[in-house]
Amino acid sequence: MYWKTNLKYLAILLLIWFVVSFLFGILLAETLNQFHLGGFPLGFWFAHQGSIYMFVILIFVYVYLMNRLDKKFNVDEI
Amino acid sequence: MSAQTWTYILVGGTFLVYIIIAILSRAGSTKEFYVAGGGVSPIANGMATAADWMSAASFLSMTGLIAFMGFSGGQYLMGWTGGYVLLALLLAPYLRKFGKFTVPDFIGERYYSKNARLIALICALFVSFTYVVGQMKGVGVAFARFLNVPFDTGVLIGIGIVFFYAVLGGMKGITYTQVAQFCVLIFAFTVPAIFISLQMTGNPIPQLGFGSRGTDGVFLLEKLNQLSVDLGFDSYTSIDKNNLINMFFITGALMFGTAGLPHVIVRFFTVPRVKDARISAGWALLFIAILYTTAPAVAVFARTNILNSLSNASYEDVPSWFTNWERTGLLSFEDKNQDGTIQYLADPALNELTVDQDIIVLANPEIANLPAWVIGLVVAGGLAAALSTAAGLLLVISTSISHDLLKNYLRPDISEKGELYAARVAIAVAVVAAGLAGLNPPGFVAQVVALAFGLAASSFFPAIILGIFDKRMNREGALTGMILGIVFTTSYIIYFKPQLGGPGLAEDFWWGISPEGIGTLGMLLNFTVALIVSRLTSPPPAEVVELTERIRTPRGSEKHTVELH
Repeated sequence: MYWKTNLKYLAILLLIWFVVSFLFGILLAETLNQFHLGGFPLGFWFAHQGSIYMFVILIFVYVYLMNRLDKKFNVDEI
Repeated sequence: MSAQTWTYILVGGTFLVYIIIAILSRAGSTKEFYVAGGGVSPIANGMATAADWMSAASFLSMTGLIAFMGFSGGQYLMGWTGGYVLLALLLAPYLRKFGKFTVPDFIGERYYSKNARLIALICALFVSFTYVVGQMKGVGVAFARFLNVPFDTGVLIGIGIVFFYAVLGGMKGITYTQVAQFCVLIFAFTVPAIFISLQMTGNPIPQLGFGSRGTDGVFLLEKLNQLSVDLGFDSYTSIDKNNLINMFFITGALMFGTAGLPHVIVRFFTVPRVKDARISAGWALLFIAILYTTAPAVAVFARTNILNSLSNASYEDVPSWFTNWERTGLLSFEDKNQDGTIQYLADPALNELTVDQDIIVLANPEIANLPAWVIGLVVAGGLAAALSTAAGLLLVISTSISHDLLKNYLRPDISEKGELYAARVAIAVAVVAAGLAGLNPPGFVAQVVALAFGLAASSFFPAIILGIFDKRMNREGALTGMILGIVFTTSYIIYFKPQLGGPGLAEDFWWGISPEGIGTLGMLLNFTVALIVSRLTSPPPAEVVELTERIRTPRGSEKHTVELH
């Protein structure tokens, strides 16, 4: 169960990782550039700023989820 | 005081600090030498990892590269940060639980094979050495330009400094020095950016500033797009549709390569617990992100400034920084139509101005008329970036030789003291060898960095991931996958790099993928082959399955911190 839940977290977080960089920042950037965030065309913003912020958030969310999971399954370090 | 005096003071002062730290944190055991005793706090480790990661290229060249590439430059920003998500989620906690010193350690034990260890060792040496030569060259260039010493002397000073603290301190000395170097380099990068952002947009935060309105009320990016298009360049934020697939693959190769680079991975062996390995990847990326989100802002400011102040300016009235940099040859003006004004255009036949990308960061404080101490600060920052990366890489080289080659391959009976001595000798030899190669860099050094990332992505990354997440993965599968991945990636890069003597032409790229991006394909090939071969051959022995099981849960990592190898 511990490992299954871990894999589920990984799948969700890595999906977001892929979407914000490879999709929003590259493949869909053209479409997103029609929208604006302040002075930034949105696709450009994801490629040069947004994806990096998301990466940082993803790691901290993962750390939070895993520390909770370790405790729940009683496999955390003493 | 002049910029020159400030440079001497700041560079001298920071170097003194590095040396004092190195003396205070000498390594006494192999464990301290290889992984700093495994007791570094996660935040300190995050800073050290960030300094290790951000090289002279990140500090000096990347911003300029982005300024001239526009949207496509995002491949470096995403590629060199996104790998940390993979590291934190897929590698760091498990490798920390595994609890040995190096990547070849893991490959060798997980795949119960000396040959696998040897392949990993050769890759680690190759990747680290190509990288470190570039750093030594960076040190030489930085010294030469700012302290007015010849390039060779610059490299020699660099060798001396790194030699002193890497040989003495090992990973322990290097880690704490890198914490100091991180502070210097991040301060040096952000201070000018904040000043310039304030000047151009009134917003002190560069990350927001380059999306705000300039002093004339027009959005800065809109103005830059307009200026670029008027001169015949591509609009800065627009997307080059024909390059999208290539950009996708390059971003991927840089990300997977980052997650497979031995000098980055080894960082997560230095923290006390699995928990700390996860969070220190988070801190590392946060610290890296400060520079990586500021860089695209600086790129926009600098590009706008250059187009604004130089295009159609009279050559008689150019600012003094223009003349200063002209002397270095990094900026040059050729008055083709003899009208005395600068025509900066996309059309090479009419363009009269050549700007080297490396001067963007260096000349920025002068372009924006910032005080003299800021110029000195930028030099100290660039040197901190180059030195910290060089030291981290040299340590991986010495560990590979003394631990992986000597201790685990040639002379398993060597004593702890003998191994520590061998590690010191190895790092000393590596510093000198890298310095000498940096003195006389073969023209292809810059080109082989693509190979370093491609190799890391196509060899280490899949082998480690499969070793953790696929219990059925065996020696045969992993070895075949690694070898095919390496051979495929290396052949493609050499074939399509004219600088490496390859005959390939850009129009023959597979699906338009340039050599920089082929690592992604090599990685996919490695995964596929490894999975197929492993299912056709016998499963791994029971104790290896047990090892795989054991590294999947954090508990129990504490006792490995006392177990000496």
